[in-house]
Amino acid sequence: MTTLTDPPKESFRLSMLIYDTRYRSTTFQVLALIAFLILIGWLISNTAQNLAELGKEPSFRFLGEPAGYDINQRLIDYDSQSPHLRAAFVGLLNTLLVAVMGCALATVLGVTIGVLRLSKNWVVAKIMTVYVEMFRNVPVLLWIVLVMAIMIETLPSPSAFRGADPEATLKVFDTVALTNRGVYVPEPLFSRSLGDLHLFGNSALNFNISLDLALLVAVLVAGLFVSGRIKHRADRIQEATGERPTTWYLRLGVVVIPVVIVLIALGFHLGYPELKGFNFAGGTHMRNSLIALWLALSLYTAAFIAEIVRAGIMAISHGQTEAAAALGLRPKRIMNLVVLPQALRVIIPPLISQYLNLTKNSSLAIAVGYMDITGTLMGITLNQTGRELETVMLGMLIYLIISLSISLVMNWYNERVKMVER
Amino acid sequence: MSDLSYVRTEMLPEQAPPATAVGIIGWMRENLFSGWFNSILTIAAVLFIYMVLSIVVPWMVSPTWEATSLANCREILAELGREGHFSGACWGVIRERWIQLLFGFYPPELYWRPILAFVLLFVALAPVLFAEYVPRKLIWFSALFPFLMPWMLWGGTVWNPIAVVAGFAIAYFVYKAVDTAVGSIAAMIAAVVAAIVWWLVLLGPVVAGLSSIIPLGFEVVESRQFGGFMLSITIGIVAIVVSLPLGVVLALGRQSDLMIVKAICVGFIEFIRGVPLITLLFVASTLLNIFLPPGTNFDIILRVIIMATLFSAAYMAEVVRGGLAALPKGQYEGADSLGLNYWQAQRLIIMPQALKISIPGIVSSFIGLFKDTTLVSIIGLLDPLGLSQGIRADANWNGIVWELYGFIALFFFVFCFGMSRYSMYLERKLQTGHR
Amino acid sequence: MKKSVFLGALTAAGLAAGAAAAGTLDDVKARGKLNCGVTTGVVGFGAPDANGEWQGFDVGVCRAVAAAVLGDASAVEFVPTTGKTRFTALASGEIDMLARNTTWTFSRDVDLKFTFVGVNYYDGQGFMVPKELGVSSATELDGATVCIQTGTTTELNLADYFRSNNISYEPVPIETNAEAQQQYLAGACDVYTTDASGLAATRSAFEDPTAHVLLPEIISKEPLGPLVRHGDNEWGDVVRWTLNALIAAEEVGINSANIGDLSAAPGNNPEINRILGTEGNLGEMLGLSADWAKNAIMAGGNYGELFEKNIGENTPVGLARGLNAQWTNGGLLYSPPFR
Repeated sequence: MTTLTDPPKESFRLSMLIYDTRYRSTTFQVLALIAFLILIGWLISNTAQNLAELGKEPSFRFLGEPAGYDINQRLIDYDSQSPHLRAAFVGLLNTLLVAVMGCALATVLGVTIGVLRLSKNWVVAKIMTVYVEMFRNVPVLLWIVLVMAIMIETLPSPSAFRGADPEATLKVFDTVALTNRGVYVPEPLFSRSLGDLHLFGNSALNFNISLDLALLVAVLVAGLFVSGRIKHRADRIQEATGERPTTWYLRLGVVVIPVVIVLIALGFHLGYPELKGFNFAGGTHMRNSLIALWLALSLYTAAFIAEIVRAGIMAISHGQTEAAAALGLRPKRIMNLVVLPQALRVIIPPLISQYLNLTKNSSLAIAVGYMDITGTLMGITLNQTGRELETVMLGMLIYLIISLSISLVMNWYNERVKMVER
Repeated sequence: MSDLSYVRTEMLPEQAPPATAVGIIGWMRENLFSGWFNSILTIAAVLFIYMVLSIVVPWMVSPTWEATSLANCREILAELGREGHFSGACWGVIRERWIQLLFGFYPPELYWRPILAFVLLFVALAPVLFAEYVPRKLIWFSALFPFLMPWMLWGGTVWNPIAVVAGFAIAYFVYKAVDTAVGSIAAMIAAVVAAIVWWLVLLGPVVAGLSSIIPLGFEVVESRQFGGFMLSITIGIVAIVVSLPLGVVLALGRQSDLMIVKAICVGFIEFIRGVPLITLLFVASTLLNIFLPPGTNFDIILRVIIMATLFSAAYMAEVVRGGLAALPKGQYEGADSLGLNYWQAQRLIIMPQALKISIPGIVSSFIGLFKDTTLVSIIGLLDPLGLSQGIRADANWNGIVWELYGFIALFFFVFCFGMSRYSMYLERKLQTGHR
Repeated sequence: MKKSVFLGALTAAGLAAGAAAAGTLDDVKARGKLNCGVTTGVVGFGAPDANGEWQGFDVGVCRAVAAAVLGDASAVEFVPTTGKTRFTALASGEIDMLARNTTWTFSRDVDLKFTFVGVNYYDGQGFMVPKELGVSSATELDGATVCIQTGTTTELNLADYFRSNNISYEPVPIETNAEAQQQYLAGACDVYTTDASGLAATRSAFEDPTAHVLLPEIISKEPLGPLVRHGDNEWGDVVRWTLNALIAAEEVGINSANIGDLSAAPGNNPEINRILGTEGNLGEMLGLSADWAKNAIMAGGNYGELFEKNIGENTPVGLARGLNAQWTNGGLLYSPPFR
């Protein structure tokens, strides 16, 4: 006769931390955490010790002191008496400006070039290949300085526009001045302006939003929304009856007419550049540093995007196109309904990382004197205050936030277009 | 009854296709002028090429190779009746400075060392790149090369690389000894501790002792004397080679089930990938000395190499992770079913395949890093771009722009283009291997 | 495993290099080399030539110090620094001294904790404009586009000057002199402003220097000089008195031609003898050999010779002595006595 007994109760021994798989992973994790914390602690204590030796203590007070330097391109009010924090803010806005402009242009160029590389026209396809290889295989910093040098050397200086018989003239019906200091284009002006909306009071980060612009954007968005509803309705009717009502004039109308009305109400007119003193006055001045950086980044990134687009289109198997054709779809609809939606899924993830790269590469602005966040906070402010630790850390943090935001937004979009597999 | 049916008994000779459908004309109709849109595109493209060439070629054809200064160039061109800003290139600057652009300030009598190191690099890469054409034994040389190369470039006593390699041997023997006595995990820990103790504590005195007994070595070259393309290539290669093992560790950490390890790895990778390289170089040039113990003082090139390594490790981790993700799950399960533990499975089954798939990715991340080395000019290192500023500050060549940029761009292009072509070839080869 | 190798190697290298706790003078002697921070390239003041040899006025100071301390004018490692990296390089001990047209200011001396040992070039910020612009004074520059070299005091001076005179301008910040020159010549800016010496040097390299004028306004004082870290007074003394020896040598008439004779056969001028170490023990007080100053002067000549060779009127840079003449000639160079 046997009696059932409980198995002998296992006592906990120290060696079980390593040999028992139940505990082993925890042990490793704790060890890793300890090692990591020691490393961090070591770095921090070194830093504290070194700073104490240099007689500096980390403090962000300098951000409130007057910067003392001027910045040429500022999207918000700034002068040399503004604090360093505001200079950093001006730089941040400049970074964002060139990044957004760059991403937009690079996408347009990249898609065009990627499609043209698949063109049947031999010369065009070859030129595009040469373009892609040329830009991909030469450092972007070199392209930035080269584009800047080309702009400076080939375009006329404002003095060439002077005199009775000038060497250079305004382009596009006398409204655009192409100079080696940048491009002056007509600026939108409102004679019955609504004024500005002042945000954040007197803090260093205060800025104004033009109410005219805000109104225009609001009207435009509303128009697009209504247009979307009209399309939706047309789709429903088509599904129900098979007949699609003609709606294009309606859709165009709800977008354009309100905008035009608002423009007239605000007294919209253009301000043209004219030569005054040393420079052109009036018009919007896009500085050559901005243009050089923008062009170089866009051209460089476009080469990569072109490859991504080409790979994306080529990844769609020919059977898809043929099947769509067999269903009787017209070529344009095959592209819109079959090929592009599938290609986009392949294209979007690498496209996101190209946008990220472009944004990060915009930090090379320093090479052409474009005052982005690297040029202000991590450039002149660092030089004038000698606060390396604080400025560089703050700058890195800002870039990290920008990058992570782009990733988040794009991943969210990616999630939406992802194929739902069954 | 005669047969009225008419059947041709002999074939007619084949006619040549119409002249407009074959040969050059046919090809052109097919590829250049099929439709009005295509024709316009072709003509515009040809005009564009002509315009570019008509500016660039006359400028490039310029008999100024022997010129000794920019003023001298201008004289030579003026004698030929070519005046003006874009009348011709001034190639004298390239003749005078190309060696400097290649080697920086490396002592001329020692140029053979970087050249030899560069040649040996290809020998070391051969087992990886052209596995089927070279003997397998060569892989041992590849393993030793990372220790050999720094010694060839920086010089110093031969005992340094030997002692560093000896650390691995010590770790191996300790592992074997403890493994039989106690167990594999304790052995692993003991091996790591032994190696660290060797490198940190014993290496210095041992090397000093050995080199005083048998002084064998090269003349030391300070890294400040590195410059030009040699600097770019050195930073690129050292950073990639060191970042490969780091990247593998990070990729494994990111894929691991251990939460804290994973969090640390993901945090590191995303941090590095989220900030521009230039800010990391600012850290190298202004902050790294503050982070390290007081009195520590690396020279700037070493600091830049450290930051470039960390930078490329994060990207390498993503490449390796891609390789790991591309492996079918069956490989992991197969390894498990054979009873291999985690490290055995990684070493024998997973990593060899994952790394093989990742080679094109590794090559392209090397191309990226190599191009990014130009950024070091912003923190004052004399890479080709940095040197070009120094050259332009020479009173003789003050005012030179295009020749230097053109030369540098050409060099980068040749280098990167070659590598990207190789990586494409590899991709094709690997693809067929998998189907 | 490999990771630990990397960290291990790092720490090993760190420990090996980490013996910098002693005084800088001892460090330099033990190392056998002087680490001297210079610019990445300014015509006449410092740039590498085709053989990789650094040449220039600031470079001459580095060589003199190396000769004084180590007896060998070529025992210098030149560390190119930018406006951004120069101070950290010095503070972190990467370089022993900085000789890179750096302006002596209150905040750099006090807040950034550096010691300026003297002035080797008295400069001021000026403006250069093309002659065809017809501008004769900086006050006429309202609305002009101004190229400035970023990372220097010039940015602040410029902002102050235009603000106090209530005129507007458009700054174009530029990283290097070569780039600034390119922009200015192409007309991308109307005015180029930097130290007057830099302007003269830049103008001298133009195809047609006469087409450009320097405006009379000098809007700032820019005493440029070598600097060392705070708190190491012995080393500071060595650099300070090496510079003074070069200046005093010109004043008392020691030059590289007669220095051999003067030190071989001591004359009856006691100051010359004290400088050259044939009388007294000044070298010993500094912790150097008796012929320290002789070596320093032999390295590139006295102050005047250095000036004439690198930036003087017979060089492409073509600077006049002006403020940088000896005090006996109406300049500001005034070395304290050697006694």
